[in-house]
Amino acid sequence: MLKNVIYCGVCSYPPEYCEFSGKLKRCKVWLSENHADLFAKLYGAEDNAQEEVEVVTNKLAESSIGEAREEKLEKDLLRIQKKQENREERELAKKLSSKVIIKREARTKKKFIVAISGLEIFDIDMKKLAKTFASKFATGCSVSKNVEKKEEVVIQGDVMDEVEAYIHSLLEEKGLKDVKVETIDAKKKKKPAAEGATKQATK
Amino acid sequence: MFRKFTREDVHSRSKVKSSIQRTLKAKLVKQYPKLEDVINELIPKKGQIELIKCEDKIQLYTVDGEVLFFQKFDELIPSLKLVHKFPGAYPTVQVDRGAIKFVLSGANIMCPGLTSAGADLPPAPGYEKGTIVVINAENKENALAIGELMMSTEEIKSINKGHSIELIHHLGDPLWNFSIE
Repeated sequence: MLKNVIYCGVCSYPPEYCEFSGKLKRCKVWLSENHADLFAKLYGAEDNAQEEVEVVTNKLAESSIGEAREEKLEKDLLRIQKKQENREERELAKKLSSKVIIKREARTKKKFIVAISGLEIFDIDMKKLAKTFASKFATGCSVSKNVEKKEEVVIQGDVMDEVEAYIHSLLEEKGLKDVKVETIDAKKKKKPAAEGATKQATK
Repeated sequence: MFRKFTREDVHSRSKVKSSIQRTLKAKLVKQYPKLEDVINELIPKKGQIELIKCEDKIQLYTVDGEVLFFQKFDELIPSLKLVHKFPGAYPTVQVDRGAIKFVLSGANIMCPGLTSAGADLPPAPGYEKGTIVVINAENKENALAIGELMMSTEEIKSINKGHSIELIHHLGDPLWNFSIE
Protein backbone atom coordinates (compact mmCIF):
# COMPACT_ATOMS: atom_id res chain seq x y z
CA MET A 1 0.00 0.00 0.00
CA LEU A 2 2.72 2.41 0.89
CA LYS A 3 4.56 4.11 -1.90
CA ASN A 4 8.29 4.01 -1.89
CA VAL A 5 9.58 7.26 -3.27
CA ILE A 6 13.12 7.40 -4.56
CA TYR A 7 15.12 10.37 -3.38
CA CYS A 8 18.05 11.79 -5.26
CA GLY A 9 21.34 10.89 -3.63
CA VAL A 10 22.81 14.28 -4.41
CA CYS A 11 20.17 16.83 -3.52
CA SER A 12 17.79 14.59 -1.51
CA TYR A 13 14.73 15.76 -3.47
CA PRO A 14 12.53 13.40 -5.41
CA PRO A 15 14.27 13.25 -8.82
CA GLU A 16 11.59 15.25 -10.58
CA TYR A 17 12.56 18.27 -8.52
CA CYS A 18 16.29 17.96 -9.19
CA GLU A 19 16.12 20.71 -11.79
CA PHE A 20 15.30 23.15 -9.01
CA SER A 21 18.09 22.15 -6.67
CA GLY A 22 20.92 23.87 -8.51
CA LYS A 23 22.93 20.67 -8.62
CA LEU A 24 21.27 19.29 -11.71
CA LYS A 25 24.44 18.09 -13.38
CA ARG A 26 25.51 15.90 -10.53
CA CYS A 27 21.93 14.80 -9.93
CA LYS A 28 21.70 13.60 -13.52
CA VAL A 29 24.88 11.59 -13.17
CA TRP A 30 23.66 10.04 -9.98
CA LEU A 31 20.26 9.20 -11.43
CA SER A 32 21.63 7.65 -14.61
CA GLU A 33 23.92 5.48 -12.54
CA ASN A 34 21.40 4.38 -9.98
CA HIS A 35 17.98 4.52 -11.60
CA ALA A 36 18.42 4.41 -15.36
CA ASP A 37 14.73 3.89 -16.02
CA LEU A 38 13.76 7.00 -14.12
CA PHE A 39 16.48 8.94 -15.85
CA ALA A 40 15.12 7.99 -19.25
CA LYS A 41 11.66 8.98 -18.20
CA LEU A 42 12.70 12.37 -16.90
CA TYR A 43 15.44 13.47 -19.22
CA GLY A 44 15.03 11.28 -22.28
CA ALA A 45 17.63 8.85 -23.54
CA GLU A 46 21.26 9.71 -23.05
CA ASP A 47 23.47 11.12 -25.81
CA ASN A 48 20.60 11.88 -28.03
CA ALA A 49 20.38 15.53 -28.90
CA GLN A 50 17.32 15.17 -31.06
CA GLU A 51 15.34 13.58 -28.33
CA GLU A 52 16.54 16.11 -25.85
CA VAL A 53 15.15 18.88 -28.00
CA GLU A 54 11.91 17.00 -28.18
CA VAL A 55 11.77 16.68 -24.44
CA VAL A 56 12.33 20.39 -24.09
CA THR A 57 9.62 21.25 -26.58
CA ASN A 58 7.29 18.83 -24.88
CA LYS A 59 8.01 20.50 -21.63
CA LEU A 60 7.22 23.84 -23.17
CA ALA A 61 3.99 22.55 -24.59
CA GLU A 62 2.99 20.97 -21.30
CA SER A 63 3.77 24.01 -19.28
CA SER A 64 0.95 26.37 -18.78
CA ILE A 65 2.83 29.46 -17.76
CA GLY A 66 3.62 30.62 -21.25
CA GLU A 67 6.78 30.47 -23.26
CA ALA A 68 8.21 33.76 -22.09
CA ARG A 69 7.86 32.92 -18.44
CA GLU A 70 9.13 29.43 -19.01
CA GLU A 71 12.22 30.82 -20.67
CA LYS A 72 12.81 33.18 -17.80
CA LEU A 73 12.41 30.33 -15.38
CA GLU A 74 14.94 28.25 -17.26
CA LYS A 75 17.35 31.14 -17.21
CA ASP A 76 16.90 31.65 -13.52
CA LEU A 77 17.44 27.98 -12.86
CA LEU A 78 20.62 28.03 -14.88
CA ARG A 79 21.84 30.99 -12.89
CA ILE A 80 21.11 29.26 -9.62
CA GLN A 81 22.89 26.20 -10.88
CA LYS A 82 25.96 28.16 -11.82
CA LYS A 83 26.02 29.90 -8.49
CA GLN A 84 25.74 26.63 -6.67
CA GLU A 85 28.50 25.08 -8.74
CA ASN A 86 30.82 27.97 -8.06
CA ARG A 87 30.10 27.76 -4.40
CA GLU A 88 30.78 24.06 -4.31
CA GLU A 89 34.02 24.54 -6.15
CA ARG A 90 35.13 27.17 -3.70
CA GLU A 91 34.21 25.00 -0.78
CA LEU A 92 36.10 22.06 -2.18
CA ALA A 93 39.17 24.19 -2.79
CA LYS A 94 38.95 25.44 0.75
CA LYS A 95 38.66 21.93 2.03
CA LEU A 96 41.61 20.75 0.04
CA SER A 97 43.80 23.63 1.07
CA SER A 98 43.08 23.26 4.76
CA LYS A 99 44.71 20.68 6.93
CA VAL A 100 44.02 18.66 9.99
CA ILE A 101 46.42 18.97 12.86
CA ILE A 102 46.93 16.19 15.33
CA LYS A 103 49.01 17.23 18.26
CA ARG A 104 50.43 15.26 21.09
CA GLU A 105 51.15 17.05 24.29
CA ALA A 106 52.65 15.86 27.49
CA ARG A 107 50.63 16.29 30.66
CA THR A 108 52.91 14.77 33.21
CA LYS A 109 55.89 12.57 32.67
CA LYS A 110 54.16 9.54 31.34
CA LYS A 111 50.78 10.89 30.39
CA PHE A 112 49.77 12.51 27.14
CA ILE A 113 46.81 14.13 25.52
CA VAL A 114 46.11 14.18 21.83
CA ALA A 115 44.37 17.22 20.39
CA ILE A 116 42.83 17.24 16.91
CA SER A 117 41.97 20.54 15.31
CA GLY A 118 40.95 21.72 11.86
CA LEU A 119 38.11 19.25 11.49
CA GLU A 120 35.23 21.70 11.53
CA ILE A 121 35.47 22.45 7.80
CA PHE A 122 34.76 18.87 6.83
CA ASP A 123 31.24 18.67 8.27
CA ILE A 124 32.32 16.28 10.94
CA ASP A 125 30.28 16.26 14.08
CA MET A 126 32.88 16.92 16.73
CA LYS A 127 30.80 15.73 19.63
CA LYS A 128 30.02 12.49 17.91
CA LEU A 129 33.65 11.98 16.99
CA ALA A 130 34.66 12.56 20.59
CA LYS A 131 32.15 9.97 21.67
CA THR A 132 33.46 7.40 19.20
CA PHE A 133 37.01 8.02 20.28
CA ALA A 134 36.07 7.70 23.90
CA SER A 135 34.54 4.29 23.35
CA LYS A 136 37.14 3.20 20.81
CA PHE A 137 40.13 3.89 23.02
CA ALA A 138 38.35 3.55 26.35
CA THR A 139 39.56 6.95 27.43
CA GLY A 140 38.16 10.32 28.26
CA CYS A 141 37.50 12.43 25.22
CA SER A 142 35.89 15.80 24.87
CA VAL A 143 35.40 18.80 22.65
CA SER A 144 36.95 22.03 23.83
CA LYS A 145 38.01 25.39 22.53
CA ASN A 146 41.71 25.91 21.89
CA VAL A 147 43.79 29.06 21.99
CA GLU A 148 42.54 30.32 18.65
CA LYS A 149 38.94 29.94 19.81
CA LYS A 150 38.42 26.99 17.52
CA GLU A 151 36.97 23.70 18.49
CA GLU A 152 39.21 20.72 18.92
CA VAL A 153 38.80 17.17 20.08
CA VAL A 154 40.94 16.32 23.08
CA ILE A 155 41.69 12.71 23.85
CA GLN A 156 43.29 11.55 27.08
CA GLY A 157 46.05 9.07 26.43
CA ASP A 158 48.81 8.37 23.99
CA VAL A 159 46.85 7.25 20.94
CA MET A 160 48.26 9.45 18.23
CA ASP A 161 48.97 6.78 15.62
CA GLU A 162 45.57 5.20 15.96
CA VAL A 163 43.91 8.57 15.72
CA GLU A 164 45.87 9.41 12.61
CA ALA A 165 44.84 6.20 10.93
CA TYR A 166 41.23 6.76 11.90
CA ILE A 167 41.19 10.33 10.59
CA HIS A 168 42.70 9.17 7.33
CA SER A 169 40.01 6.56 6.86
CA LEU A 170 37.35 9.08 7.83
CA LEU A 171 38.55 11.56 5.23
CA GLU A 172 38.81 8.88 2.60
CA GLU A 173 35.22 7.95 3.24
CA LYS A 174 34.25 11.52 2.45
CA GLY A 175 36.24 11.45 -0.76
CA LEU A 176 38.84 13.88 0.49
CA LYS A 177 41.89 11.71 0.29
CA ASP A 178 44.26 14.53 -0.56
CA VAL A 179 43.70 16.52 2.59
CA LYS A 180 46.86 16.96 4.55
CA VAL A 181 47.01 15.57 8.02
CA GLU A 182 49.83 17.00 10.03
CA THR A 183 51.05 15.45 13.21
CA ILE A 184 52.93 17.42 15.79
CA ASP A 185 54.68 15.72 18.61
CA ALA A 186 55.27 18.31 21.25
CA LYS A 187 57.52 16.02 23.22
CA LYS A 188 59.80 15.00 20.38
CA LYS A 189 62.85 16.90 21.53
CA LYS A 190 62.76 15.40 24.94
CA LYS A 191 62.39 11.87 23.70
CA PRO A 192 66.06 11.08 22.95
CA ALA A 193 66.96 12.47 26.31
CA ALA A 194 64.40 10.22 27.92
CA GLU A 195 65.81 7.24 26.07
CA GLY A 196 69.28 8.19 27.22
CA ALA A 197 68.01 8.31 30.73
CA THR A 198 66.60 4.83 30.49
CA LYS A 199 69.84 3.59 28.99
CA GLN A 200 71.73 5.02 31.87
CA ALA A 201 69.34 3.42 34.22
CA THR A 202 69.89 0.01 32.60
CA LYS A 203 73.61 0.44 32.93
CA MET B 1 8.24 27.24 10.89
CA PHE B 2 11.40 25.33 10.16
CA ARG B 3 13.33 28.09 8.50
CA LYS B 4 15.97 27.95 11.18
CA PHE B 5 16.09 24.63 12.79
CA THR B 6 19.15 22.76 13.89
CA ARG B 7 19.99 19.94 16.14
CA GLU B 8 20.59 22.45 18.91
CA ASP B 9 16.89 23.25 18.94
CA VAL B 10 16.14 19.76 20.18
CA HIS B 11 15.39 19.86 23.86
CA SER B 12 14.53 16.32 24.73
CA ARG B 13 13.96 12.94 23.24
CA SER B 14 11.76 10.32 24.74
CA LYS B 15 10.08 7.11 23.81
CA VAL B 16 6.30 7.25 23.66
CA LYS B 17 4.36 4.79 25.78
CA SER B 18 2.39 2.25 23.82
CA SER B 19 -0.90 3.45 25.26
CA ILE B 20 -0.19 6.99 24.19
CA GLN B 21 1.02 5.63 20.90
CA ARG B 22 -2.43 4.14 20.40
CA THR B 23 -4.21 7.40 21.07
CA LEU B 24 -1.81 9.20 18.76
CA LYS B 25 -2.56 6.78 15.98
CA ALA B 26 -6.27 7.18 16.58
CA LYS B 27 -5.91 10.92 16.45
CA LEU B 28 -4.00 10.76 13.21
CA VAL B 29 -6.65 8.56 11.65
CA LYS B 30 -9.36 10.89 12.91
CA GLN B 31 -7.69 13.81 11.21
CA TYR B 32 -6.92 12.00 7.98
CA PRO B 33 -9.46 9.15 7.72
CA LYS B 34 -7.90 7.71 4.59
CA LEU B 35 -4.82 6.81 6.56
CA GLU B 36 -6.74 4.12 8.37
CA ASP B 37 -5.81 1.35 5.95
CA VAL B 38 -2.12 1.95 6.18
CA ILE B 39 -1.67 3.21 9.71
CA ASN B 40 -0.42 -0.13 10.93
CA GLU B 41 2.05 -0.25 8.11
CA LEU B 42 3.27 3.22 8.87
CA ILE B 43 3.52 2.68 12.57
CA PRO B 44 3.69 -1.03 13.30
CA LYS B 45 2.00 -2.18 16.49
CA LYS B 46 5.34 -3.16 17.93
CA GLY B 47 6.97 -0.05 16.54
CA GLN B 48 8.38 2.63 18.73
CA ILE B 49 7.39 6.22 18.26
CA GLU B 50 9.86 8.71 19.59
CA LEU B 51 8.84 12.15 20.69
CA ILE B 52 11.32 14.94 20.12
CA LYS B 53 10.52 18.18 21.85
CA CYS B 54 12.06 21.23 20.27
CA GLU B 55 12.30 24.96 20.55
CA ASP B 56 9.05 26.94 20.25
CA LYS B 57 7.01 24.01 21.54
CA ILE B 58 7.37 22.10 18.32
CA GLN B 59 7.06 18.37 18.77
CA LEU B 60 8.32 15.88 16.25
CA TYR B 61 7.25 12.28 16.17
CA THR B 62 9.66 9.85 14.61
CA VAL B 63 9.50 6.17 13.76
CA ASP B 64 12.79 4.44 13.04
CA GLY B 65 14.61 7.77 12.97
CA GLU B 66 12.35 9.26 10.35
CA VAL B 67 10.12 12.19 11.17
CA LEU B 68 6.61 11.13 10.24
CA PHE B 69 4.56 13.92 11.67
CA PHE B 70 4.85 16.87 13.98
CA GLN B 71 2.68 19.23 15.90
CA LYS B 72 2.91 22.73 17.15
CA PHE B 73 -0.48 23.19 18.68
CA ASP B 74 -3.15 20.57 18.78
CA GLU B 75 -3.17 19.53 15.17
CA LEU B 76 -0.88 16.84 13.84
CA ILE B 77 0.87 17.81 10.62
CA PRO B 78 2.30 15.10 8.38
CA SER B 79 5.87 15.49 7.19
CA LEU B 80 6.67 15.34 3.49
CA LYS B 81 8.25 11.93 3.88
CA LEU B 82 4.89 10.65 5.11
CA VAL B 83 3.01 12.48 2.36
CA HIS B 84 5.25 10.91 -0.26
CA LYS B 85 4.66 7.48 1.16
CA PHE B 86 0.93 7.75 1.07
CA PRO B 87 -0.30 10.66 -1.01
CA GLY B 88 -3.95 11.38 -1.50
CA ALA B 89 -5.03 11.23 2.12
CA TYR B 90 -4.75 14.94 2.74
CA PRO B 91 -6.37 18.10 1.41
CA THR B 92 -4.30 19.02 -1.62
CA VAL B 93 -3.79 22.04 -3.83
CA GLN B 94 -1.61 22.44 -6.86
CA VAL B 95 0.62 25.32 -7.90
CA ASP B 96 1.90 26.15 -11.36
CA ARG B 97 5.42 25.56 -12.58
CA GLY B 98 6.52 29.13 -12.13
CA ALA B 99 5.94 28.96 -8.40
CA ILE B 100 8.06 25.89 -7.67
CA LYS B 101 11.31 27.76 -7.48
CA PHE B 102 9.99 30.18 -4.87
CA VAL B 103 8.24 27.54 -2.84
CA LEU B 104 11.43 25.51 -2.63
CA SER B 105 13.18 28.50 -1.16
CA GLY B 106 10.49 28.80 1.48
CA ALA B 107 8.22 31.56 0.22
CA ASN B 108 4.55 31.76 1.12
CA ILE B 109 2.25 30.93 -1.74
CA MET B 110 0.47 33.77 -3.47
CA CYS B 111 -3.03 33.50 -4.85
CA PRO B 112 -2.19 33.75 -8.57
CA GLY B 113 0.06 30.72 -8.24
CA LEU B 114 -2.98 28.72 -7.26
CA THR B 115 -5.48 30.08 -9.77
CA SER B 116 -3.48 30.12 -13.03
CA ALA B 117 -3.90 27.53 -15.77
CA GLY B 118 -1.38 25.02 -14.48
CA ALA B 119 -2.62 25.20 -10.92
CA ASP B 120 -5.52 23.44 -9.35
CA LEU B 121 -7.87 24.21 -6.51
CA PRO B 122 -10.61 21.92 -5.25
CA PRO B 123 -14.13 22.78 -6.44
CA ALA B 124 -16.54 24.50 -4.07
CA PRO B 125 -16.99 24.34 -1.13
CA GLY B 126 -13.26 23.73 -0.93
CA TYR B 127 -11.30 24.02 2.29
CA GLU B 128 -11.71 26.34 5.23
CA LYS B 129 -9.21 28.91 6.33
CA GLY B 130 -6.61 27.35 8.60
CA THR B 131 -6.65 23.93 6.95
CA ILE B 132 -3.32 22.21 6.61
CA VAL B 133 -2.86 21.50 2.91
CA VAL B 134 -0.36 19.53 0.91
CA ILE B 135 1.05 21.45 -2.02
CA ASN B 136 1.64 19.71 -5.29
CA ALA B 137 3.10 21.12 -8.49
CA GLU B 138 1.92 20.78 -12.04
CA ASN B 139 3.31 17.80 -13.95
CA LYS B 140 4.92 16.53 -10.78
CA GLU B 141 4.02 13.41 -8.98
CA ASN B 142 5.21 14.14 -5.48
CA ALA B 143 4.29 16.93 -3.13
CA LEU B 144 6.78 19.70 -2.56
CA ALA B 145 5.48 21.53 0.46
CA ILE B 146 2.97 21.69 3.28
CA GLY B 147 1.26 24.84 4.37
CA GLU B 148 -1.65 26.37 6.15
CA LEU B 149 -4.37 28.20 4.29
CA MET B 150 -4.49 31.86 5.20
CA MET B 151 -7.88 32.20 3.52
CA SER B 152 -10.44 29.68 2.36
CA THR B 153 -10.06 28.28 -1.14
CA GLU B 154 -13.21 30.08 -2.27
CA GLU B 155 -11.73 33.35 -1.10
CA ILE B 156 -8.54 32.60 -2.99
CA LYS B 157 -10.56 32.21 -6.16
CA SER B 158 -12.49 35.44 -5.67
CA ILE B 159 -9.79 37.72 -4.25
CA ASN B 160 -6.84 36.33 -6.19
CA LYS B 161 -4.29 38.63 -4.66
CA GLY B 162 -1.66 38.44 -1.95
CA HIS B 163 -0.58 35.63 0.35
CA SER B 164 -2.80 32.61 0.39
CA ILE B 165 -0.83 29.80 2.02
CA GLU B 166 1.61 30.14 4.85
CA LEU B 167 4.37 27.66 4.24
CA ILE B 168 5.20 25.28 7.06
CA HIS B 169 7.45 22.67 5.59
CA HIS B 170 9.01 22.29 2.15
CA LEU B 171 11.52 20.13 0.30
CA GLY B 172 15.04 20.95 1.33
CA ASP B 173 14.26 22.81 4.53
CA PRO B 174 16.04 21.93 7.76
CA LEU B 175 13.29 19.54 8.82
CA TRP B 176 13.57 17.72 5.52
CA ASN B 177 17.29 17.28 6.11
CA PHE B 178 16.82 16.57 9.79
CA SER B 179 17.96 13.19 10.92
CA ILE B 180 18.48 11.74 14.30
CA GLU B 181 20.89 8.93 14.67
